[in-house]
Amino acid sequence: MNEILEKRQLNPTVKLMVINSPLMAKKAKPGQFVIVRVNENGERIPLTIADYNAEKGTITIIFQEVGMSTKALGKLNVGDRLHDFVGPLGVPVEFSPDVKRVLAIGGGVGVAPLYPKVKMLHKNGVKIDSIIGGRSSEYVILEDEMRAVSDNLYITTDDGSKGRKGFVTDVLKELLNNGNKYDEVIAIGPLIMMKMVCQITKEYNIPTMVSMNPIMIDGTGMCGGCRVSVGGEIKFACVDGPAFDGHKVDFDEAMRRQAMYKDMEKKALEEYEHQCKLGGILNG
Amino acid sequence: MANMSTKKVPMPEQDPDIRNKNFKEVALGYDEKMAIEEAERCIQCKNQPCVNGCPVHVQIPQFIKLITQGDFEGAYQKIKETNSLPAICGRVCPQESQCESLCTRGKKGEPVAIGRLERFVADWHMKNGVDEIDLPAKNGKKVAIIGSGPAGLTCAGDLAKLGYEVTVFEALHTPGGVLMYGIPEFRLPKEIVQREIDSLKRMGVKIETNMVIGKILTIDDLFDMGYEAVFIGTGAGLPKFMGIPGENLNGVYSANEFLTRINLMKAYDFPNHPTPVKVGKKVAVVGGGNVAMDAARSAKRMGAEEVYIVYRRSEEEMPARLEEIYHAKEEGIIFKLLTNPVRIIGDENGYVKGIECVKMALGEPDESGRRRPIPEKGSEHVIDVETVIIAIGQSPNPLITSTTEGLDKQKWGGIIVNEETMETSRKGVYAGGDAVTGAATVILAMGAGKKAAAAIHEYLSNK
Ligand SMILES: Cc1cc2nc3c(=O)[nH]c(=O)nc-3n(C[C@H](O)[C@H](O)[C@H](O)COP(=O)(O)OP(=O)(O)OC[C@H]3O[C@@H](n4cnc5c(N)ncnc54)[C@H](O)[C@@H]3O)c2cc1C
Ligand SMILES: Cc1cc2nc3c(=O)[nH]c(=O)nc-3n(C[C@H](O)[C@H](O)[C@H](O)COP(=O)(O)OP(=O)(O)OC[C@H]3O[C@@H](n4cnc5c(N)ncnc54)[C@H](O)[C@@H]3O)c2cc1C
Ligand code: SF4
Ligand code: SF4
Ligand code: FES
Repeated sequence: MNEILEKRQLNPTVKLMVINSPLMAKKAKPGQFVIVRVNENGERIPLTIADYNAEKGTITIIFQEVGMSTKALGKLNVGDRLHDFVGPLGVPVEFSPDVKRVLAIGGGVGVAPLYPKVKMLHKNGVKIDSIIGGRSSEYVILEDEMRAVSDNLYITTDDGSKGRKGFVTDVLKELLNNGNKYDEVIAIGPLIMMKMVCQITKEYNIPTMVSMNPIMIDGTGMCGGCRVSVGGEIKFACVDGPAFDGHKVDFDEAMRRQAMYKDMEKKALEEYEHQCKLGGILNG
Repeated sequence: MANMSTKKVPMPEQDPDIRNKNFKEVALGYDEKMAIEEAERCIQCKNQPCVNGCPVHVQIPQFIKLITQGDFEGAYQKIKETNSLPAICGRVCPQESQCESLCTRGKKGEPVAIGRLERFVADWHMKNGVDEIDLPAKNGKKVAIIGSGPAGLTCAGDLAKLGYEVTVFEALHTPGGVLMYGIPEFRLPKEIVQREIDSLKRMGVKIETNMVIGKILTIDDLFDMGYEAVFIGTGAGLPKFMGIPGENLNGVYSANEFLTRINLMKAYDFPNHPTPVKVGKKVAVVGGGNVAMDAARSAKRMGAEEVYIVYRRSEEEMPARLEEIYHAKEEGIIFKLLTNPVRIIGDENGYVKGIECVKMALGEPDESGRRRPIPEKGSEHVIDVETVIIAIGQSPNPLITSTTEGLDKQKWGGIIVNEETMETSRKGVYAGGDAVTGAATVILAMGAGKKAAAAIHEYLSNK
C-alpha cells in the first residue's frame, strides 16, 4: 500500500506519481483529492486525484514543487512508500445531463485537477473545448491527455513559446465573442486566473465551476482552516468542495488566506534545503 | 484514623511562570506519602454518595481504602473494574461537578481529591505494575469501530476482552481522537494516551489510521466485508464560528485548528515539524470552556505576551473545569468576562489587528438555566490583538450521517440512539460519545462506549 509505482517529471517543477492504493482507486471520483504525508513529521498536504484506475488499483497525483513538502515528495522514488495517504476526500463533481457543451480552462498545474473531470465529461458524450496555459512551453502539462478528451484544444503561454502568446482568458474572450455557446465553464488554476475567468463568464451568464485550493490540515471538516466564502456563507472546502460556483466565491479573501504562512513556509524550505545539503533528512 | 484536614493535600505543580513557557505537564502528581495522607481524608461513607457522581461508578471508597493500606496495585485493579482509562480520567474529568461534587467531606471544606488519587494509582501502576493481558479465545465475530476517541477505544477494549475481532477505523494519521489532537500535552501527556492504545493493540485490536469512513468505505461496505456490528464514535469535530464580520481574516483560527496544529502536527517544534502556526504577541480566545482554556494556555506557551479569554457570561457560568480556570489565571491569562465580540478588525493586508467587543449584563435565566447575557448599549470597545481563536463549541461531523442510509439524526446533527443500548435507527449500528451527545466529556464518551459494547455483545450472542 502507498507504494510509488511510477514517477515522471512533466516539466521542471511538476512531477507525476502513480501510487498503489487499491481500495481508494475503487472509490475515487473526479473532483476528489487525497492528503499526503511524506514522512513521520511531515505536513499534511492536499493533492488532487489526477487519475485513477480501479482495475490496477492505482491513484495518480501530479504536483508542483513549490515548497518544502512538495520538494520532499518529489525526492521519493519508485518503490518508496508514502507515509500517509488519505482519501478520497471532498465532494465528487457532478454535472446535470443538460450540460452538453463545456469549456474547460486549466492554468499551470491546475490542468491536473481539470483532466479527470474533462475525461469523465468526454466519456459521457459532452462536447468539450479546452484551453490550457502555462508560463512557457515547458510549463504546459498533460497536452496529449487533454487533446485526447477535447474536441478543440487551445494552448497559451505567457511568452508565446507554445501555442498562443497570452493568457487563457484571451482565448476565452475570443471564443465567447465569436458566439460560441457553452452550458458550463470549468476553470482550475491559480486563484487570480480563476477570478479573471469568472469575471468574464459572469458577463455572459455562463455557470462556472472552480476548484479551490485553500490551506488544509485534516481534510475532514474538523479544523475549519480551509474555509472559503461562497455567496457570503462560510464553506469548508475539504467537505463542501473543493469545487464551487465561481461566481459566488470571494477570490480576494481566498488569495489573502493562501498567503498567510508565506514567511514561515520560506523558512521551512530554507531549513529543509540546508538539511538536505548536510545530507540529513533526505527521503524521510 | 481519618485525616480531618479541611483541605486537600496540595498537588505539586510546576511554577506558573516556568510552566507557561513549556509544554510539560503542569500537575506533577502525588507521591505515595501524599496519596496515603489524602486517602485518609475519606471517611468511607456507608452510602457512598461519591459513587453516584461518577458516570462509570468507580468504586471510590473501596479503591481509596486500598490506598490507605498501601495496596496501590489493588487500588488500580479496583478502579479498572469499571474505568478502563484511569490515568486519563484522573487528569481530565470535571471532578468538581461529578464524583467530588457529592463527597461528604466537601460539605465542610474541600472534598476528597478523588481525581488526584485516581491519577496517582494509575501512574503508580504504569511505573510499577505489570499489565497482564490474557488474550481471550476469539469468538470469530468481527466488529468495526469508527473513530478512535475515548468512546471508540473503550468500546473496542471491552469487545476485544469478550473475544471479538475488533478493527478501529480512524480518519487521522494518529489514533486517540481529542485526547491526541485537542487536549494539550501539558494537561494530558500523549505518552499516556499512546500506552492505552498500545495495550489495546496487544489485546489484538487492529487500528487502521487514514481511513475516513463515509469516503473510503461506507457503513454498508463494512457489513459487506463481514463486520457484524458497527460502533460510531466519531465525536463532535465540526467547529462553530460566530457569524460576525472578519471571521475569515488571517489570524482567526477555530480552537480545533489552533490546537491541532500544535498538538497533532507539533507546530511548537517548527520547522523540524513543518506545519506552521501564527500566534502573535496578543491573542484573544473567545469562549469559556476547557477548549478555550487549552487554546489560551497553549498560545501563552507559544510565546504570546498577552492572552485574553473573552467570555460573554460571568466566571460562574464558565463550563471549563475549575482547575483549568485556576491554572489559566495563575499562568497570566487575562479574563475579559461579560464581554462579547461583535466584529474582528483587519489591517490592509487582511491580517487581524483587533477585536471589537461589547460589555454584557446578565438577565433572566435562559433554556440552559444560565442567566442570559444582554449587550449593554454604547459599551463597544476594541482590544488590540493579532490572533483570534474561536472556541465556542463543536457539533458532530455530518460525514457519516450523510453517507449512511437510514441513520436518524437530530436537527443539530447528533446521532439518535436508544439510550439503553446505544443502538441507532439502523440494525447492528451503535453510536456513542460526542457524536450522540454533542461536545461533552471523556468519561461520558467512555461510558457510552462501554454500554454499546455490552449491547453489541448481547445482540451478536443472540444473533
Ligand atoms: C483540494 C486541493 C487540491 C490540490 N491539488 C493540487 C495538485 O493536484 N497539484 C499541486 O501541485 N498542488 C495542489 N494543491 C496545492 C498543494 O496542496 C500545495 O501546493 C502544497 O500543500 C504546498 O506545500 P509545500 O510545503 O510544498 O509548500 P509551502 O511552501 O508550504 O507552501 C506553498 C504554498 O502552497 C499552499 N499551501 C501550503 N500548505 C498547504 C496546505 N497544507 N494545504 C493547501 N495548500 C497549502 C500555500 O498557498 C502556500 O503559499 C491542492 C490544494 C488543495 C487544497
Ligand atoms: C480542547 C479540548 C479539551 C477538552 N478537555 C476536556 C476535559 O478536560 N475533560 C473532559 O472530560 N473532556 C474534555 N473535552 C471533551 C472530550 O475530549 C470529548 O468529549 C471526548 O473526547 C469525546 O470522545 P469521543 O470518543 O466521542 O470523540 P473524539 O475524541 O472526538 O474522537 C472521535 C474520533 O473519530 C475520528 N473520526 C471522525 N469522523 C470519522 C470518520 N468519518 N471516519 C473515521 N474516523 C472518524 C476523529 O478523527 C477522532 O479521532 C475536551 C475537548 C477538547 C476539544
Ligand atoms: S472516573 Fe472521573 S468521575 Fe469517576 S471517579 Fe474517576 S475522576 Fe471521578
Ligand atoms: S463521599 Fe467522600 S468521604 Fe465519603 S466515601 Fe466518598 S470519597 Fe470518601
Ligand atoms: S481542512 Fe480542516 S476543515 Fe477542511
